[in-house]
Amino acid sequence: MNEIFRYILMIVIMLFTLTTIAAWLIWLERRMLALWQDRYGPNRAGPFGLLIVAADTIKLFFKEDWIPPFADKVIFVIAPTIVAAAVLMSFVVVPFAPGILVSDLNVGLLFFLAMSSLGVYSIVLGGWASNNKYSLLGALRGASQMISYEVFMGLSLMGVVMLSGSFRLTDIVLAQKDYWFVFTQPVGFVLFLIAGIAETHRLPFDIPEAESELVAGFHSEYSGMKFGMFFIGEYLGITLVSAMVVTVFFGGWLGPSFLPPLVWFALKTFVFILLFILLRASLPRPRYDQLMEYGWKIILPIALLNLLITGAVALLMY
Amino acid sequence: MNEYSGLENELISVFGESALAQQSATDEVITLWVKKDNIVKVLTYLKQTAHHPFGMLFDLSAIDERNRAKTKSNGVISPDFTIVYHLFSFESNCFVRLKVALHGEFPSIASISDLWKNANWYEREVYDMFGIRFEGHPNLRRILMPLTWIGHPLRKEHPARATEMDPFRLWDEKQDREQEALQFKPEEWGLKRHSEDADFMFLNLGPQHPGTHGVLRIILQLDGEDIVDAVPDIGFHHRGAEKMGERQSWHTYIPYTDRVDYLGGVMNNLAYLLAVEKLAGIKVPERVEVIRVMLCEFFRIASHLVWYGTFAQDLGQLSPVFYMFTDREKIFDIVEAICGARMHPNWFRIGGVAQDLPAGWDKLVRSFIDHFPKRLREYHRMVMQNSIFKARTVGIGIYTLEEAIEWGVTGPGLRACDFAWDFRKKQPYSGYENFDFDIPTAKNGDCYDRAVVRVEEMWQSLRIIEQCLNNMPEGPYKSDHPLTTPPIKKNTMKDIETLITHFLNVSWGPVIPAGEAMSCIEATKGANSYYLTSDGNTSAYRVRIRTPSFPHMQMLPYISKGYTVADLLSILGSMDYVLADIDR
Repeated sequence: MNEIFRYILMIVIMLFTLTTIAAWLIWLERRMLALWQDRYGPNRAGPFGLLIVAADTIKLFFKEDWIPPFADKVIFVIAPTIVAAAVLMSFVVVPFAPGILVSDLNVGLLFFLAMSSLGVYSIVLGGWASNNKYSLLGALRGASQMISYEVFMGLSLMGVVMLSGSFRLTDIVLAQKDYWFVFTQPVGFVLFLIAGIAETHRLPFDIPEAESELVAGFHSEYSGMKFGMFFIGEYLGITLVSAMVVTVFFGGWLGPSFLPPLVWFALKTFVFILLFILLRASLPRPRYDQLMEYGWKIILPIALLNLLITGAVALLMY
Repeated sequence: MNEYSGLENELISVFGESALAQQSATDEVITLWVKKDNIVKVLTYLKQTAHHPFGMLFDLSAIDERNRAKTKSNGVISPDFTIVYHLFSFESNCFVRLKVALHGEFPSIASISDLWKNANWYEREVYDMFGIRFEGHPNLRRILMPLTWIGHPLRKEHPARATEMDPFRLWDEKQDREQEALQFKPEEWGLKRHSEDADFMFLNLGPQHPGTHGVLRIILQLDGEDIVDAVPDIGFHHRGAEKMGERQSWHTYIPYTDRVDYLGGVMNNLAYLLAVEKLAGIKVPERVEVIRVMLCEFFRIASHLVWYGTFAQDLGQLSPVFYMFTDREKIFDIVEAICGARMHPNWFRIGGVAQDLPAGWDKLVRSFIDHFPKRLREYHRMVMQNSIFKARTVGIGIYTLEEAIEWGVTGPGLRACDFAWDFRKKQPYSGYENFDFDIPTAKNGDCYDRAVVRVEEMWQSLRIIEQCLNNMPEGPYKSDHPLTTPPIKKNTMKDIETLITHFLNVSWGPVIPAGEAMSCIEATKGANSYYLTSDGNTSAYRVRIRTPSFPHMQMLPYISKGYTVADLLSILGSMDYVLADIDR
């Protein structure tokens, strides 16, 4: 009974915290972009414009929730929930600190990969159900991009799995007691980061949306809270990928003891979130085929090579 | 301009005495009347076999002559309509103007769209505006006005004011009819819906689209993401600037020109006023020339900065546009201090500029000259040297020099084909011959090279501004000519003649002597030209505005075939057009 109560409590806290963080990230991104782009950003509602998040949420809730008459209604409604749900599910296995996690699955890493793959359904179904040519193009781009980058997202993590000998994320964190995996798996880290950006389709990998080309790509037709779901899903995705980078390559909650483990974890994650925003502020967007070429012809061979070398070294040393 | 005077003799020797009639024009451009039946032959000869071939169809327009004061007409022919062809020869650096007289209510003439590719849109425009038919044109349909429009706006019987028409109403059936007319039917454009192995998708890009920089509609025929063909649909920004010219006085038309290339500001005033001043025979003082050049170059930088930032943004780079608009703001601060307004200063006047430079203008200009180079270098690293930016632009949207001339490309787009042609150098106006600057060029004619040329042009403009700053001559800011409008105020208090002129010029507007004149300036986007016809009245009889963006946009389908949707945005961005400059 107690156990179940603990789960439920953890889930409720987690849901509340994560959606709050994701919403707050919208403010953070807009302020940071503004800072880097010599402008103010939202600064009117509340201190430092923090309440813009509340204003935005209220606006999204009260906007007309419009479903285009030409859309496939059921799928159109389901699509945005998938991305938010899939990302939230991934958080089940993320160890924020010792004891602060929902479930310490022994296939944690695989669970994360599986869940994050589900996100692509959201894009494909949303784009298809909208029955809009821009959305369709965005969905096609999104599907091929995410499937391609999924491949080496998994591969880039396998080196870490070999070194730690476990798919359980707590084990992976604890295996980094002496040194972080970013030092033994630098290539894996870079590849995972790239794949992670592609997975969240943020600039420079935002070709499914590609504002100047496809208006808003797969979610052109969405408004109100359905758009809000895509929006929250994107920021949850950023948080998730940052959290996973920290967990797998930067020692998770580990750190000098003058700060509690949870704070260490939050700090490290925050740095990567900022990196995401900085990337958006600085890079242009490659063309769709260039992105595919880059993925299959450059990153995939490197990922395989990395795996091969890691395997050989692991075999020799243990 | 009149370097090639053997041309008439050459044409007479080929086509015979009776085929041609010469007319003198105020601007000294060789002007020849050609018989309607001969025009295609003469144009073909001029393009292909002439001693100095005229490679570019610079402009094609028409004049409704029916209301013209007959006593003032040229005396040669008294037509109902005149078709005017402006050709340009790069070899001999000269224009030639051919005119064809047409008679009847809705006359027709042979099309030359086979001879010059860019004649296609020009002929459609003349048809749209005058109802003159071009026989043999592949798709003669309206281009600027809605398909449902009744009448042809530039005909003299068409009203120019809303008060001359019935109140506008949009009842349901009319709205349905208008929307029906906007439906794209591929068959009308000779486009297939299927290929042998695929169905094409027709993607309607615009008129509201973040990547088109305005109300431009492009219908793309797509095979997957590859562009099979494209059909630009323009006219959404058409505001009848040419018609307004026939309604406003010579003086009150100046603010309308500001809004043609709305990023070019006073540079539009200059193009218009150069033509007016030719007609009026005004020679402006040196100080006016230098002030004008300085302001024009400021606007060139401002316009290029907008292009630079939005180009990067089209390719997904979000930040540069903010930095560049900040710098543009600095330019506008200077423009505002001098002119009192920012984007549309309306500051040049017939025979001068509105006011003298304000005290302390030199400090403002100096601080900009000190500040800007550092920023330009930073932008170069940020945008031009970015490898993703290069991957998106190098080798995309290529055209050769021959193609560029065939399609009427001018400005940076032409110079990117390794052709150092700049009207500021080749046919200097407003004292550009006194300035020391280079013509930047690039080799390949792709999107990246067009960007290279524009970036380098900003450096050159900065050089020119610095020379203006260091060598600003003293003297009056208005010419002492009776047609200067408004005249120098202090003289009006001294003699009655100037007082009367002042009164008449300000109330009725100046009466510009009959004649016709064309100006041609190197505007921000290419060659901008005003061809004015005066019948000795307080307003122009006909104002023809030749804008660079119009032929550039016409070329879009040709250079974007085979590329992808993403590349289309690179091509559009590198083209640097504004919609008002296309539609007028």
